[in-house]
Amino acid sequence: MQRIETAMIEKAKALLSSGEVTRVLGWKKGELGYDVEPCVFKSEESLKDFCYNVFCGANLSKYLVEESKKEGKILVFLKPCDSYSFNQLIKEHRINKENVYTVGVECQGKVDPYKLKENGIEMVDSAVETVDTVTVKGKEFKKEEIILGKCLTCTKKPLSYDDIISFNEKREPVLDRFETVKKLEAMTADERYAFWKDQLSNCIRCNACRNVCPACTCTKCVFDNDNSGIASKANSDSFEEKLFHIIRAFHVAGRCTDCGECSRVCPQHIPLHLLNRKFISDIDRLYGEYQAGEDTDSKGPLTNYTTGDVDPSDVFGGNN
Amino acid sequence: MQKIGVFVCWCGSNIAATVDVKKVADVLRLEPGVVISETYQYMCSENGQALIRNAIKENGLTGIVVCSCSPRMHEATFRKTAESAGLNPYMVEIANIREQCSWIHKDMDEATEKAIVLGRSAIAKLKLNAPLTSGESAVVKRALVIGGGIAGIQSALDIAEAGYEVDIVESSATIGGNMAKLDKTFPTLDCAACILTPKMVDCAQNENIDIMTFSEIESVKGFVGNFKVQIRRKARFVDEKKCTGCGVCMQKCPSKKGKNEFNMGLNNRPAIYIPFAQAIPNVAIIDPEQCLKLKNGKCGLCAMQCQVNAIDYTQKDEIIEREYGAIVVATGYKPISLENFNEYGYDTYKDVVTSLELERLMNAAGPSDGHLVRPSDHKEPKVITFIQCVGSRDTSGCGKPYCSKICCMYTAKHAMLIREKYPDTEVHVFYIDVRTPGKNYDEFFRRAVEQYGVDYIKGMVGKVYEENGKLMVQGSDLINNEQVVIPSDLVVLAAAIEPNPSVRKIATMVTASIDTNNFLTEAHAKLRPVESPTAGIFLSGVCQGPKDIPETVSQASACAAKVVGLLSKDKLKCNACVAHSDETLCTGCSVCANVCPYGAITYVDKEFRIGGGKTETRRVASVNEAVCQGCGACTVTCPSGAMDLKGFSNKQIMAEVDAICKR
Repeated sequence: MQRIETAMIEKAKALLSSGEVTRVLGWKKGELGYDVEPCVFKSEESLKDFCYNVFCGANLSKYLVEESKKEGKILVFLKPCDSYSFNQLIKEHRINKENVYTVGVECQGKVDPYKLKENGIEMVDSAVETVDTVTVKGKEFKKEEIILGKCLTCTKKPLSYDDIISFNEKREPVLDRFETVKKLEAMTADERYAFWKDQLSNCIRCNACRNVCPACTCTKCVFDNDNSGIASKANSDSFEEKLFHIIRAFHVAGRCTDCGECSRVCPQHIPLHLLNRKFISDIDRLYGEYQAGEDTDSKGPLTNYTTGDVDPSDVFGGNN
Repeated sequence: MQKIGVFVCWCGSNIAATVDVKKVADVLRLEPGVVISETYQYMCSENGQALIRNAIKENGLTGIVVCSCSPRMHEATFRKTAESAGLNPYMVEIANIREQCSWIHKDMDEATEKAIVLGRSAIAKLKLNAPLTSGESAVVKRALVIGGGIAGIQSALDIAEAGYEVDIVESSATIGGNMAKLDKTFPTLDCAACILTPKMVDCAQNENIDIMTFSEIESVKGFVGNFKVQIRRKARFVDEKKCTGCGVCMQKCPSKKGKNEFNMGLNNRPAIYIPFAQAIPNVAIIDPEQCLKLKNGKCGLCAMQCQVNAIDYTQKDEIIEREYGAIVVATGYKPISLENFNEYGYDTYKDVVTSLELERLMNAAGPSDGHLVRPSDHKEPKVITFIQCVGSRDTSGCGKPYCSKICCMYTAKHAMLIREKYPDTEVHVFYIDVRTPGKNYDEFFRRAVEQYGVDYIKGMVGKVYEENGKLMVQGSDLINNEQVVIPSDLVVLAAAIEPNPSVRKIATMVTASIDTNNFLTEAHAKLRPVESPTAGIFLSGVCQGPKDIPETVSQASACAAKVVGLLSKDKLKCNACVAHSDETLCTGCSVCANVCPYGAITYVDKEFRIGGGKTETRRVASVNEAVCQGCGACTVTCPSGAMDLKGFSNKQIMAEVDAICKR
C-alpha cells in the first residue's frame, strides 16, 4: 500500500507542477492513524500530509459537487466504490466533469476503527496491510474481522478514469450483499417494525448520513425547507427519525450506489444502508440487476418506463 | 380574507338517501373561512347553478367547494358556473361525496361523517388554490386511424368526407380486415365483399386518405391536438408505387408453400402474393420466410418477370414520423386460440373447423371456389354440427367470460345458407342460449329454425371423437333431458373473439386504459362510448367490445364525428394545472425530464446570487407549459421538491391529507 501511496503523491505532484490541475482531492493524515480525513491539497508542499492507507474509507466524490464549480481542474483519487458515486453525480449533472481529473486507485478493503476498538485496540499510529490481513500494534487481523461493513460485501469494479494506479490485486466479497435484507424480509411485519424502531430510536438526528451521502446533493434539502411541509410533519411524530430515514431512502432510491457511507459515518452505528439495499434488491427483482453509477448516461429503472416493465404485484403478489 | 361558499348536492336520492346533506352543510358552515353553506337537490341543474352564481355575487366569494359527484362528472360544469359569476374557474374544488361516499356506504351516520371529512379536505385545499389561466395550443388538422378493417375504413371515410386528412395504418398487407374474409352478412345476407370492397376503393381514391399497409405504430408522443407518431413501414420487397398488381410474379414464383392467411391457412399461396383479388393496395408482397431469393440468394424469377421493375429484394423497414391532432384506435379482433379446447378436437381432426374457416370454405373466392367441401377429403358434408360459445361466456378460465355477441347470428346465417344451397344436408346447432337482439335479428334466427329446419339443441358438447370415419359429437340435450351423439361429417366451432393482441402495445403508447379482457375502456360507458379517457384518443369497432358490422359501422361514424369536432377547432385550451420548477431548489439532475412523457422539460443555465456579492451558474429545469399535460410525474420524482404542479401542489395535497387525518 505504501507503494501506491508513493505513486499517488508522485502523480499529484506531477500534475500540480505541470499546471494541469490546481488542486488535489485526497486524504489527509490525522493525529492518529485512523483519524484520516478528506482534504483538498493546493500545493506540492501540502502533499506531505497526504496519505492513502487502510483508513481511507471516506468517499471523496461528493466534495466535487462544490470543488468542480471552482476555477481550474482538480485531481481526485477514486476507489472503485467512490467511482460509482462519481458516475452517478456526473449523470445527474452535479459535477462538472471538465474540471476534474480522475485517477482510479486500488482498494482491498478499508478498516473500521470501531471494529478495532471492539478488539481492544485504540490509539493506532499506523497499520501494515496485505491483501488478506492488517497488522496494527503488533496484532495481525484477518481483513474480514476488521474491515468496514461495506467492504465485506463489495463487488465493485474499477470503472473508467483519466488514469489508473495499480489494480493488480483484487479481493472477493466475503458476504452476500443481500443476506441481511433477506433476513429482514423473512420477518413478520411486527418483527421488522420492532427491529427498525429499535435501531432508529438510537438516531440523534446529527444528519451525518445525509451530509455524507453522495446522492444527497440537493441545493436545499427538503428537511431544511420550511416551505416543503415535510420537516414539520416529521417533527410532529414522536418517532420522527423513522420518517426521516425512510423519506431519505425513498429520495435516493434508484440513485443510491450502495457506497455504504451512511452506515460508516453513523455515530450510533445504525445499519442505515439496509434501507437502501432493500430498494436495490427490489429494483433488481423487478427490473433486472441494476447498479447505479455503473454508467453516466442510462436513465435508471425507476425513471425509465418501457412497455416491458412488470407490474410489481406480479412479482411480489397482490398485496404489495 | 377568504370567503368560501360550500354547496352540498343531494343528487336526488343518490347522495341524500345515504348522507345527511343538511348536517354536512351545517357542519361545514362552521369551518374557518366558510361564509355560506347550502344544499340543493340537483346542484348541476340550471337552478342549482343559479344558486351558486348568486351566492358568489352576493357574498363576494373567493372560492367554492361543491360537495357532489366525481369531478370527472361535473367539475367542468361548476368551473363554468364560477367563471360566469366572475370567479376564476380554478377556485372551484369538488368534494366527491357520491362515488366515494354515498354509493359505497350504507350507514347514514358513517357516510355523513365521511362526507364532512371530504368537504373539510376540499376546503383545506381550496384555501391554498390560486387563480390559474390556461394557455392555448394549435390543433394539427390530420387524423390517424390505427387499423384498416371496416371500423377503420368507415371512420377514415367519414373524417375524410368532412375535409380532413386522415392516414390509415394497417399492419397486414391490405385493408379490409376480418370483414373481407366473410361470405355473406346477416341479417340481409348481402355478400360481404360486395358491400366492403367499394368502401375500400373509396378509401384508396379519396384524396384526403393516405393508406399505409404493412405498417405498424412505432411510438406515439405528444397530446391531444399534437401527437407525434412514428410509423414503421415494414419492408414488403415490392415498390408499392411501381407495382401494377398484374399478378405475373405470383404465377411464376416457384415457392408455393406459404399458408394463405386470407383463406385462414386452408390452402397455399406463393412466396410473392397479393392477399386477395380486391386487395387495397393491389400490390404484391414477398414473404421473406418463403422467398428463395431472400432465404438463400437463389431464384429472382419474380424480378425477371416484373415488367415495371417493382421487385426490390434489398428493401428495408422505414420509419416515418407524422403529426396528428387525433388518433382513432380500430385494431379489431381475432378468434381466440383453441388450444384450451382439446375436447372439440380442433387440432386433431381436419374436419373440425372454426366459423371463420367455414366462411372461407363457403366463399366463392375461397379455396374451394364456394363449393362447400370438407377439408380432409374434399367431399360434400352431409351432416354438419355447429358448436356455439366455444370459449365465450366461459368462467372456467379456459376461455373468455364475456359473450362474443356475433356468434349466434352468424351461426344461424351459416346454417341457413347451407340448408338453402344444399337442402339434403342435416344441420345441428348446440347452444347455451340464442341471443338475437337487433333489428330483424330474431326474425332471421326464426327463419333458420322454422323455414330452413335447422336442428337447434340446447346443451353443451362434451367431446368430439372419430368413429368409423365420422366425427361423433357427444353432447347433452337439456330440453329432452338426454345425452345425444351426432355422427357428423363436419364440425364448426363458434370460437370466441378477443381484441387483436397488438392493442395492448398501442394502448400503452397512447396511454389509453384497457380492461381485464384487453378491450379499450371508454371515457363513459353510456355517455362517451367512442372516446378513450385519454383526450384525443377515440375508439372504433371491436377494440372497445364485441360488436357486429352494423354496430361497428355506427360506432366508427360516431367516432369520426368526435374526431371532426376536435379537428374543426383551431386552438385547444391547454390544461392550466401544469408543472413549474422552483429554480432556487432545482439541482438540474434531469430526473424530471427522464420521466416526463411529453418531453415538456428542458434545462437552462441560469445565474443565481449566492450571497456576498457573488453569483453562481446553475442548471435548472424549465417547463414548456404548452406541452405539459399536468400528469405530475415530475413532481413525485423530483428529489428536491423543486417541481410542483399548479392546482395540485404538494402543499395542497398535504393540506388535504391533514384535513382528513385531523380529528
